[in-house]
Amino acid sequence: MDWFTSHLDDVWELLVTHAYLAGVPLLIGLLIALPLGWLARRFSWAYPPLIVGTGLLYTLPSLAVFILLPGILGTRILDPVNVLVAMTVYTVALLVRTVADGLGAIPDDVRLAANAMGYRPIRRLLGVELPLAVPVISAGLRVAAVSNVSIVSVAAIIGVAQLGSLFTDGFNRDFFPPIITGIVACGVLSLVFDIVIVVVTRLLTPWTRARTAS
Amino acid sequence: MIRFESVTKEYPDGTIAVNELSLTAPTGKITVLVGPSGCGKTTSLRMINRMIEPTGGRILVDDRDTSTIDSAELRRGIGYVIQHAGLFPHRTIVANIATVPLLLGWDRAKATSRALELMERVGLPQSFAKRFPSQLSGGQQQRVGVARALAADPPVMLMDEPFSAVDPIVRDQLQEEFLRLQGEIGKTIVFVTHDIDEAIKLGDQVAVLRVGGTLAQLAAPEELLARPVDDFVADFVGRDRGYRTLGFRSAAFPTRAEPTIRLGADPSDARAATADPWVLVLDEQDHPLGWVERERLDGPVNREALHRGGTVAPTDGSLRQALDAALSAPSGRGVIVGPDGVFVGTVRARDLIEPIEASAGHQRVSTPEGVGVVSESKAD
Repeated sequence: MDWFTSHLDDVWELLVTHAYLAGVPLLIGLLIALPLGWLARRFSWAYPPLIVGTGLLYTLPSLAVFILLPGILGTRILDPVNVLVAMTVYTVALLVRTVADGLGAIPDDVRLAANAMGYRPIRRLLGVELPLAVPVISAGLRVAAVSNVSIVSVAAIIGVAQLGSLFTDGFNRDFFPPIITGIVACGVLSLVFDIVIVVVTRLLTPWTRARTAS
Repeated sequence: MIRFESVTKEYPDGTIAVNELSLTAPTGKITVLVGPSGCGKTTSLRMINRMIEPTGGRILVDDRDTSTIDSAELRRGIGYVIQHAGLFPHRTIVANIATVPLLLGWDRAKATSRALELMERVGLPQSFAKRFPSQLSGGQQQRVGVARALAADPPVMLMDEPFSAVDPIVRDQLQEEFLRLQGEIGKTIVFVTHDIDEAIKLGDQVAVLRVGGTLAQLAAPEELLARPVDDFVADFVGRDRGYRTLGFRSAAFPTRAEPTIRLGADPSDARAATADPWVLVLDEQDHPLGWVERERLDGPVNREALHRGGTVAPTDGSLRQALDAALSAPSGRGVIVGPDGVFVGTVRARDLIEPIEASAGHQRVSTPEGVGVVSESKAD
């Protein structure tokens, strides 16, 4: 506890960086996964390669990705962009299937009605299909958020400072307080991400809580 | 007016869903497409607004070939009601109804006020405006579906088994309301159902389709009942055709005077009124309430004592209603009311036989070929 109170500023700074490295890819990954998931649903031939392909991305070992990316992107090894890109890849890997399944779970008669009303495809997607897929996509996003917070910490090994640095620090010095602080901080951060996603989802989906009032 | 000209739908695997269908749905009338599953009725309906593209022939809506109109534009000009309503679950009732006006670019205030107006029109309380579809019953959702189809006031409406997913009592009610609404708005409607009774009840004309998508018969409901063209149609139209035809016939029939008593009358009044075991009870406005059995009365006449079995027929109703009133009354005397619901008199089944025979004879005379009426087919 003494260690924690005396290093409060450092821990806070690491936490903010960690949140940034895990959170921003979550948003970018979602934006990339939306069209890919739509493609997979729209064209049946695109579904297997997209779902299997993006799914395989998730199996790439994170440490290897962090080390290889600078060579591929032409960035410096310590550049946080490497981490952002890697985390975006993992987010996409998790979310493409979720988006495709979310869009696929829309009742046929709703889609039929939208067509019969005279919706064109893009407006139907944005006005009817995506809003209805929000609960499913949100569930996937919650998994991706926790996964990102966890995987980002590995980047400490290649020297990008965030909460993971507390683990390497504690390990090197055989000293537990930073390790425990890091674990708790990661947990808190995951919880905050989760709460934000749940709250936004609730705001976007008032109809899911509407029950027969009469 | 909607015109099918030799319309065919053949799928790539060679299945023919609709085969050389030609028919006209006249302006302001309800045309019902009915047939067993696989007869292509829904396919035919969906070809009108190009949800399914025909592979042969053409369809004209108000003399415009639909294939020359952008499909989204075409659909916005045609109301569509589907089974289970197909409401958008994430939108409020008022937003659901305003869908097409908003697609057409109306401003939000105008679309909303139009939606509220339609809610009233289809019998939904304004308090439902901000609810979501999941908060409504099936029958209420279907009303919203009808309101949504009417929102942009399209001249043409397509209805795909709109009432088949609700329970029979609600269905009956929705059908009655639909007919009343159509009486006010006079849309050109194409209505698909597998239920021949619904077809006969709602259709100005009924097209019976057979499996393989060919037209078996296109006729007014009473014509279909009286003169099915072949065994398939006769079978499909079903039993009791002669009796059901009475639903389309009206004729003058004699009514008899009937002694009546008021609610609250003493058993002695009932005995004084008539020697018959059954006596009819009216309310203060002379509306018939029901029959009571004179001998069973042990106090003033109250609503609990009323026999509920008898139906009531209006003077300007069909012979079927009148006969049903006579057959269902415990006294054997059918209760007849005027247009305002005021009691007029009673009629016995035997008094109706002559008008019924006369009206059937009238039908025979009007059709020199006399098919169907004379030669009943195997369905019976």
